[in-house]
Amino acid sequence: MKLRSRAIPTSEEFKANHAAHLEALRVVEEAAALAAAGGGARARKRHLERGKMLPRERVANLLDPGSPFLEIGALAAHGMYDDAAPAAGAIAGIGRVHGQDVMVVCNDATVKGGTYYPMTVKKHLRAQEIAEENRLPCIYLVDSGGANLPNQDEVFPDRDHFGRIFYNQARMSAKNIPQIAVVMGSCTAGGAYVPAMSDVTIIVKDQGTIFLAGPPLVQAATGEVVSAEDLGGGDVHTRLSGVADYLAEDDDHALALARRAVESLNRTQPETVAWQTPEEPACDPEEILGVVPADLKTPYDIHEVIARLVDGSRFDAFKPRFGETLVCGFAHVHGCPVGIVANNGVLFSESAQKGAHFVELCSQRKIPLVFLQNITGFMVGRKYENEGIARNGAKMVTAVATTSVPKITMLVGGSFGAGNYGMAGRAYQPRFLWTWPNARISVMGGAQAAGVLASVKRAAMEKAGEDWSAEEEAAFKRPTVEMFERQSHPLYATARLWDDGVVDPRKSRAVLALSLKAALNAPIEETRFGVFRM
Amino acid sequence: MFAKILIANRGEIAVRVIRTARAMGVGTVAVHSDVDDHALHVAEADEAVAIGGAAPAESYLRGERIIEAALATGAQAIHPGYGFLSENADFVEAVEAAGLVFIGPSAEAIRKMGLKDAAKRLMAEAGVPVVPGYMGEDQAPGRLAREAAAIGYPVLIKAVAGGGGKGMRLVERAADFDDALAAARGEARGAFGNDAVLIEKLVATPRHIEVQVFGDGTRAVHLFERDCSLQRRHQKVIEETPAPGMTEEMRAAMGDSAVRAAEAIGYAGAGTVEFIVDGSDGLRPDRFWFMEMNTRLQVEHPVTEMVTGVDLVDWQLRVAAGEPLPAAQEDLTLSGHAFEARLYAEDVPAGFLPATGRLTELRFPEGARADTGVRAGDAISPHYDPMIAKLIVQGSTRAVALRKLSRALSETRVAGTVTNLAFLGALAAHEGFARGAVDTGLIGRDLAALTAMPEVPATVVAEAALAMAGFDRAEEPLAGFTLWAPLERSLRLVRSGREVRCRLRMTGPGSAVIDVDGTEVAAARKAGVWRFEGRSAHGTAISGGRVTVFAGHGSVFDIVDPLEQAEAATGETTIEAPMPGRVVRVAVAPGQRVVAGDRLVVLEAMKMEHALTAWRDGEIAEVLVAEGDQVAAGTALVRLEAET
Repeated sequence: MKLRSRAIPTSEEFKANHAAHLEALRVVEEAAALAAAGGGARARKRHLERGKMLPRERVANLLDPGSPFLEIGALAAHGMYDDAAPAAGAIAGIGRVHGQDVMVVCNDATVKGGTYYPMTVKKHLRAQEIAEENRLPCIYLVDSGGANLPNQDEVFPDRDHFGRIFYNQARMSAKNIPQIAVVMGSCTAGGAYVPAMSDVTIIVKDQGTIFLAGPPLVQAATGEVVSAEDLGGGDVHTRLSGVADYLAEDDDHALALARRAVESLNRTQPETVAWQTPEEPACDPEEILGVVPADLKTPYDIHEVIARLVDGSRFDAFKPRFGETLVCGFAHVHGCPVGIVANNGVLFSESAQKGAHFVELCSQRKIPLVFLQNITGFMVGRKYENEGIARNGAKMVTAVATTSVPKITMLVGGSFGAGNYGMAGRAYQPRFLWTWPNARISVMGGAQAAGVLASVKRAAMEKAGEDWSAEEEAAFKRPTVEMFERQSHPLYATARLWDDGVVDPRKSRAVLALSLKAALNAPIEETRFGVFRM
Repeated sequence: MFAKILIANRGEIAVRVIRTARAMGVGTVAVHSDVDDHALHVAEADEAVAIGGAAPAESYLRGERIIEAALATGAQAIHPGYGFLSENADFVEAVEAAGLVFIGPSAEAIRKMGLKDAAKRLMAEAGVPVVPGYMGEDQAPGRLAREAAAIGYPVLIKAVAGGGGKGMRLVERAADFDDALAAARGEARGAFGNDAVLIEKLVATPRHIEVQVFGDGTRAVHLFERDCSLQRRHQKVIEETPAPGMTEEMRAAMGDSAVRAAEAIGYAGAGTVEFIVDGSDGLRPDRFWFMEMNTRLQVEHPVTEMVTGVDLVDWQLRVAAGEPLPAAQEDLTLSGHAFEARLYAEDVPAGFLPATGRLTELRFPEGARADTGVRAGDAISPHYDPMIAKLIVQGSTRAVALRKLSRALSETRVAGTVTNLAFLGALAAHEGFARGAVDTGLIGRDLAALTAMPEVPATVVAEAALAMAGFDRAEEPLAGFTLWAPLERSLRLVRSGREVRCRLRMTGPGSAVIDVDGTEVAAARKAGVWRFEGRSAHGTAISGGRVTVFAGHGSVFDIVDPLEQAEAATGETTIEAPMPGRVVRVAVAPGQRVVAGDRLVVLEAMKMEHALTAWRDGEIAEVLVAEGDQVAAGTALVRLEAET
């Protein structure tokens, strides 16, 4: 039951793995530092000169002393829009206010005035989705000029665009998921609805403004000349219009008022799971970088990872002698019971059946599920198709899709093909999805994809009696391989919010713990499975 | 010996008496007010009886209740401690009338020493030197002023029934006499119901040296002197024995006089004869004068115990039980040197204002005797004296004892209230004090230096900031967790009125960088202990919006609460009572114009008068209290018209 590691930290292999992972981490770390710096030194200086706190400081000062902060989409828009929108111009994440987990969404006005790029909208909506699924009160620290006009076609019209933000606010408010806005800068046009749609709104004196149209637009439309403060400043909105409820002296005061608003929410954590006293893993989590091979193609035993994630490195493996390529079992993470589903090779029919069985068990017992994804896909070939691997795979996919227990997915290696579905990929709506820097995600491997395309083309050419040299074929394959290589990289994926963030593998345990804790703010409903193809 | 005694007191002295009684096998009964029901003295006693409300007049001063409690519990004797009923002759008579023993002198002895003028006459008759002065029946202001002039300025005006510095005024010149007289009388009337005063010559370079005496009703011995010259506004701060510069000749002369004084009134039990000594030319046997006799156990009695090896409470019980004096004069010896420092909950920078608070931490170092009535977790209540403890040390020489005092003070940890610990530490390090050049004016002359807030190193501020941000404890494994880039928290701390801005960045699970007003301090945690720039943490405590770092004598930082600050900034128009107390004077009326600094209301609290002044210019809109009102802390007293 207690997992033992076979890793030899002094071995060359271990050291090489470690070094390779560190290099991958360094790349992410640099990207993260860039994202956290926002709009750059000049914009930050101007922001500070206005007496405002920097956005990350606003978040820090909103949260309880010592509160952890589980950031969502920290690397959103990385490498997009000519790198003009670090972190997509917003900070989102889960922290604690008066002991209550909350979702914070904070605009970064140093990034193009805090305007909403397509990725900003997606990040904001993802934060709201997390808040809604996990019943987390939302606190919006607003400082934004509204939609980014050059990108309006990708920001305004569609279902999951700007308007969805306010739709979500109304829907969440209806479910008693409190919506609190702190207006710490502009809040223009559509953005004006964030405070207006909130349950409680605080505005900072001489700094926050809320209006549907700013002074220039008003003058253009009606000829009226009016200052921003008279049009929609804190005094106006707390005294005359009633759009805001509390007037704050400064950022510090506004954040204190927001904290006080949370204090009076009268919320309690639902009792959902049987917590145990947390315990450190017996195997050192720091060693994860050495035990996981640098090359995705090198197989390794996933138990080495589990041993470094769970309390006391204790793991109650389920059906250990059956369908061994899928490891299932019970464990605790920071005291929270979890059912772990982890890949240990390609999925066979037995593995898929075992997975479906285990997901049923956890659903029955209301135990949150953790998926450790390292999957090249389901086994292919005549034998397997004829045995009905698609039928068995469907069982697992049905179970994973329809279970009501919180699912948390971590991509610890490859995420290819239908394996991604069975292992609670993004489409299967896990509460959180995190990625390791060494992970890769695509519909299939780049080489395989290029091979498929090449064989189709070769068949066509041979039919036409044309000749295709090996060199020509290689040249044909190269762009596809390169495209897959680029698009499957975690930074590419996380920039587009295909996940909730890239995680340092050594922090996986903490991230799982915080994800679980956040998820357990919502009660676990009874599961009603779909029809299993038997 | 008694089987059981009742201790008619609270706090450290009750605890101290109970401990000796227990060591003697004597049962103990504590009495307590409602707010003291979980106090240390109650916990230490075998039995406890509730005797009424928090105000002393409703509990610890209610003699009849206390006597009832003694009778009900079968106690045979009552130990009064100091203060409260300890020098109340009527109480002594009532105790005796109830068939109980009062552990202390007779009612008659107390009365004889109670009225200062009569006592001085009596002493003069007994051949004890007294200070030139006027103690006449004629209390007409004109007569008193003439007498003052005859004695020669500077003079002291003292309440005849007074004590503890109450109703006392120093007058430097004739022009100030009338005002000082009125003030002294006012205080005396309020405190003792008797506004008669006496006038005394003010002695140059005065030293306060007192002699511990012990009588059995006829004979008396003395247990040497105590020097209590380190005083602030007549309140003793540090006491010691022997007195610096004491000679055998002087000691014998003072001892003889003290014994004569005690025997002249047939004194029984422990008492103290206070002398004023002219220290301008060393200690000379012809330059000490009787001031008064305290007919009780004195606060500072432990220093005498340290150098004589005598347990004075043990003696008190034995003599009260009818035993003869436990030792003859020639058997008493003095060895080494002892100091006592009085640790108070008080706000030194605010002018030694009494403070309150819950003691979240209270630890005394090894090697010092700490007489205390509170534990960690107890509150310093506004109803009683804010003394936290007496720290007592002994050494083979004065220099050794002083080193030990310094060390004990720097190792004492108090959090949850502000204290005078740093002030005591500064005194213990005072160069003149170290030389033994003490007089009652020392503290007053060097007050600014003694109360200066020492500069705090950035590492100490950083430690306070880290504690404020919740990272000083290792319990929360995910404290400050972030995925990638750390969050930078800004923190505002106030130290002695000055705001310090810090920025804190957690750079890892056990590492942080704290920017203190522009200076960066690196902090790292190893084996559960934070180190700042490589030096290990001093330790901190947080409570009630305040962080204490146990560096130096405890550096206290107030945490800025933006909510409170914003409320204060918007339309502050009222002045509130800073502590519970009684309004003794209202100096303004509605409609009156005042300028910043004008006196508005005088509040009496914790035996002191506090003048509350206008914080800005303005017009009085409303006076919300009347003279004589008892007010709670935070009660609005005066409202100014809103600023336009």
